[in-house]
Amino acid sequence: MMRELGIDPVPIDVGGVLQRSVATLYSHLVTRPTGRAVRLAIETQLAEISRPALSLIDLSEVTVLDFSCADEVVAKLLLRFLEEDRPGDAYFVLRGLGDQHRGPITTVLEHHNLLAVVQLDGASFELIGTRTEIEESTWEILEEAGHVRADHVVEMFPGEAEWLALAELVERRVVLRHADPDGYYALSALVRDLPAPSSDT
Amino acid sequence: MKIVVLPASLDFKTYERVFDEVAATPDGNVLFDGRHVRFVDPNGMVNLLAAGSLARSRKGAPARLEFPEQSEVAGYMARMGFFRAAENVFEVVGRPPQRSEGPSDVLLEITPITENSDVHEVVDRVQKRAGAILTRRLNYPPTAVVQFSVILSEVCQNILEHAEAPGWVAAQSYNWTQRLGRQVVVISVADMGRGFQGSLSDEHSARFGDRWGDATALEAAFIHGLTRFPDSGRGQGIQQIRKQVRRWGGLISIRSGTARIADVPEWEDVPPLTEGLTAFPGSQINIIIPEHATNDA
Repeated sequence: MMRELGIDPVPIDVGGVLQRSVATLYSHLVTRPTGRAVRLAIETQLAEISRPALSLIDLSEVTVLDFSCADEVVAKLLLRFLEEDRPGDAYFVLRGLGDQHRGPITTVLEHHNLLAVVQLDGASFELIGTRTEIEESTWEILEEAGHVRADHVVEMFPGEAEWLALAELVERRVVLRHADPDGYYALSALVRDLPAPSSDT
Repeated sequence: MKIVVLPASLDFKTYERVFDEVAATPDGNVLFDGRHVRFVDPNGMVNLLAAGSLARSRKGAPARLEFPEQSEVAGYMARMGFFRAAENVFEVVGRPPQRSEGPSDVLLEITPITENSDVHEVVDRVQKRAGAILTRRLNYPPTAVVQFSVILSEVCQNILEHAEAPGWVAAQSYNWTQRLGRQVVVISVADMGRGFQGSLSDEHSARFGDRWGDATALEAAFIHGLTRFPDSGRGQGIQQIRKQVRRWGGLISIRSGTARIADVPEWEDVPPLTEGLTAFPGSQINIIIPEHATNDA
């Protein structure tokens, strides 16, 4: 599906980026300068891609993630790609989140009123961050369908509130709106095409 | 020369007396008499370094320190890395015990925090050592080790980002059977920087008008998460530390300038806000985490 939509997969192993970008053997994502270096490395990687990209941000090799780094690496990365002058047209899915990552990431997302898609173990996905009930239920409907053609949106989302919620989810970049073929895509449907990240990514 | 007799028990409850006496010695010509110290914890040691630093900066030369006569106490201070950290602060009278090179039961020796990599070192060390102490002695689940490391990372960053001056951190577990009926972990952080009022003044003092002072600055940072940075992502560290310490039924206090603010659990009786303390540079953070009781959340 990603090839059909002209989207490049970009798996990013945050643990690997950490070791390369701060040139140390630390496996812990702590302190704001460290987080900033990691985020800038990810931004640079994504800016080099000319087509729209779906980036899987993999935290499975990160043992400790403090709030400062969660803010720098996750929240500021998402904020940067929500801006009009974003470095590239990238969407994000977080994966490899353990209990130790969830607290800091949820906290910083809520602090900035952000929303992110998380891949859980196996093939299930969830939203974390700030959202309304209608946004959650609308996302779940699309999540179950995988994608909805534009001419079927009224059938799938008959109420105005759901339409507005769908538009908001697109605006917040947790749903992909594609022009040709015309429709709305759950990021999870695209992620299922991606290979597991390697340490070279 | 002013002789400051260190309390027999040098800890969170008593270091204030040392600050009072040192601050009241304008020429910094102080002899710290520690001969009768019988107990010392990370708060006692880290804040003794802060007191010695103030005396040194006033005098222009290291203050003198007589270490405890009891060999167990002096040996413990050596194992905690006190005498190594004190090399640039005190002129130690006599020859203090040497720190052995063997395995240590210390959770985190006194560690100077001067740059970003020091915080990484602290987290690395604690990740290796804290597991056994937190799970076996304090009955916390293994996941608590990461949360504990995050607390240390955030408090150490407070030194680097807000104090703009070097500081120290230390942590150790103690058996508070008599005092609390439980084991505890004590974390102490101190710096000689500009304090919370100094850090926040440029950005926030105007809006507080006449009310601006050490206590207001502490409330602004501790309760409302204000920082001197315009970036809206800042200020979450202390808030999240408070939440975690509260979840663990612990105590957290921050002393800065002439005030101290605290989140106080039911087992402790310090006031949540204390004003009118002796003016002292920098800030001092104290965190006490009690053993996990079976009925805790």
